[in-house]
Amino acid sequence: MPTLSLMPPEFRVARDDNKCIKCLACVRQCGFDAQQYDAEDDRLYAIDANCVNCQRCVSICPAGALTIYKNPPPMRPNAHWTEGHLRNIVKQAETGGVLLTGMGNDQPFPTYFDRLLLNASQVTNPSIDPLREPMELRTYLGSRVEPVTLEECRDKTRTPLVPIETPIMFSAMSYGSISHEAFASLARAAKAFGTLFNTGEGGLPEDLYEYADHAVVQVASGRFGVHAGYLNAGRVIEIKIGQGAKPGIGGHLPGEKITAPVAETRMIPEGTDALSPAPHHDIYSIEDLKQLIFTLKEATRYQKPVSVKISAVHNVAAIASGIARAGADIIAIDGFRGGTGAAPTMIRDHVGIPIELAIAAVDQRLREEGIRNRVSLVAAGGFRSSADVVKAIALGADAVYIATAALIALGCHLCQKCYTGKCSWGIATQDPYRSRRLNPEIGAERLYNLLRGWSHEIKEMLGGMGINSIESLRGNRLHLRGVGLNEVELKLLGVKHAGEAM
Amino acid sequence: MKKVYARPAYCMNCHLCEVNCIVAHSRSRDLFRAYKRENLRGTARVIVEERLPLSVAVQCRHCDDPRCVAGCISGAMVKDPETGIVYCQEDKCVGCWTCVAGCPYGAIRPGEKNGRPVPLKCDLCREADEPACVAGCPNRALVFEERRAGA
Ligand code: SF4
Ligand code: SF4
Ligand code: SF4
Ligand code: SF4
Repeated sequence: MPTLSLMPPEFRVARDDNKCIKCLACVRQCGFDAQQYDAEDDRLYAIDANCVNCQRCVSICPAGALTIYKNPPPMRPNAHWTEGHLRNIVKQAETGGVLLTGMGNDQPFPTYFDRLLLNASQVTNPSIDPLREPMELRTYLGSRVEPVTLEECRDKTRTPLVPIETPIMFSAMSYGSISHEAFASLARAAKAFGTLFNTGEGGLPEDLYEYADHAVVQVASGRFGVHAGYLNAGRVIEIKIGQGAKPGIGGHLPGEKITAPVAETRMIPEGTDALSPAPHHDIYSIEDLKQLIFTLKEATRYQKPVSVKISAVHNVAAIASGIARAGADIIAIDGFRGGTGAAPTMIRDHVGIPIELAIAAVDQRLREEGIRNRVSLVAAGGFRSSADVVKAIALGADAVYIATAALIALGCHLCQKCYTGKCSWGIATQDPYRSRRLNPEIGAERLYNLLRGWSHEIKEMLGGMGINSIESLRGNRLHLRGVGLNEVELKLLGVKHAGEAM
Repeated sequence: MKKVYARPAYCMNCHLCEVNCIVAHSRSRDLFRAYKRENLRGTARVIVEERLPLSVAVQCRHCDDPRCVAGCISGAMVKDPETGIVYCQEDKCVGCWTCVAGCPYGAIRPGEKNGRPVPLKCDLCREADEPACVAGCPNRALVFEERRAGA
């Protein structure tokens, strides 16, 4: 590192000494050593340059004495040379490395969910009050090929459908990238609510097999933690091809995060880097994918639906069609806002397409080809509210995956430093001093509450439209209207502009 | 009797139990007054012992046969026959610290309040439904419950 940094700190830690009682909770809880205590002078101070604005100290301070400020931009405002660009250039001039970051794309690209509005019924078809009348949020994931002949009915290679009690599942987050405590919180909440969590590519820790019936067990390019017991224990098997935050890129979990229990779960030596190659080295075509799908189905005697997860990229509709024809039961599509524990900043911020357009395109294509019923469509990548969920389902998804929202419910403040392993909130870390602050009991309750709140809101929105089951909303784009969208966007989304009648 | 038990797996070393204890044993019952006017910093009756990454909040076990009570020369330290709570009648304490020396758990510290000696020890917040350390622990690392003897 150079002796002189050209960048002033991004944040400033302000402590109100009138309020501070010198309890030192902030010092003990700051994951980034920004909060300091000098015992000789009994003085608290902050190293602003270390602060990442994770807000842990602010939340824990019993006196409400702390505020984190954003420092003014380190140069005169410039719409082209933004502060982000400047900081990146300086960082790279100092390190010569690839810029790394965590969580999802934070750049100001349009969010189509914010330009879509939902319908509600008025005089002609009455709305439904979900508190008084039954309202079905249960949905079934898997292939719905209608048997026509007797042989087809007897076909032993038809995988069963998997019910979920709300169209919201927890997206892939591996044990290793997140703490055991965070992972266990997701598992417990999924089981309690009757939905699914996803093991990511890190396997399922031995002590959490009791939740396996609510797990989507992933098989990724690194094949970490994959064995017959794992596949047969899970409810759904998911082949991970791509991830919205870093399409086309593999994974790299640094050796420091491969603690003994993580190593055991992943079936790799302790302390070695866990490298997931960018491609699966046995998949170079749809035919290869088909082989893996059926290998997994054979290994589980056709009892587990197989999902294939891809990033939303330019040619997503054609790829999805290939996946459906390859025999997948579920296609999960991860949009460009999807989060990650670590990704190169340039990839995260510049590769992939919005999930809204991807769902619409895939649903449309599969319908046109008459194979929409062969697969369930799961949308992922940046779902912020129940309204986003409803809009995604109206665009054609069967269900959605949430991950960032789930982590926020667990305490995450989107500081984007997941890749450092220092998470002050005990989520993206394997350090026992940090991870112990997330009591899975509390974590599971908070996640359950989130699912409960969103599910209730979804019922209200459905009721307003006069619909009493989530499956009747799927692909029902007449319930959507665009605002401020151009003709191409409206056409791609398959929706009319607000003000246009049925 | 109901006692405070630690769940060390979830203690995150924030020491807020100490803060809550101090406020609960202040005259004002107010965080700022307790620390800034009553000068009670450092007088917690629960102490978080650290051997990082582990930490655990330690306080009086309210023994069946308390040595602090047996050793007390002034009769200030008593065990409430009804609730089982061991506490100090502070106006009677003469500051000999026999209780401090006698406690096998090191759960009493010598202290002082308004110029008078006070043994700093947990009284399970006698007047409240739940001890302040338990009520305020942000990670549920402390529980207040009945367990069988010896637990
Ligand atoms: S806890 Fe987070 S917000 Fe507070 S000083 Fe440390 S890095 Fe900054
Ligand atoms: S947590 Fe708050 S009250 Fe405690 S030392 Fe830090 S700033 Fe002061
Ligand atoms: S308040 Fe709870 S978590 Fe914090 S130090 Fe005390 S017992 Fe541990
Ligand atoms: S202070 Fe010590 S000796 Fe006295 S009752 Fe409590 S634990 Fe027992």
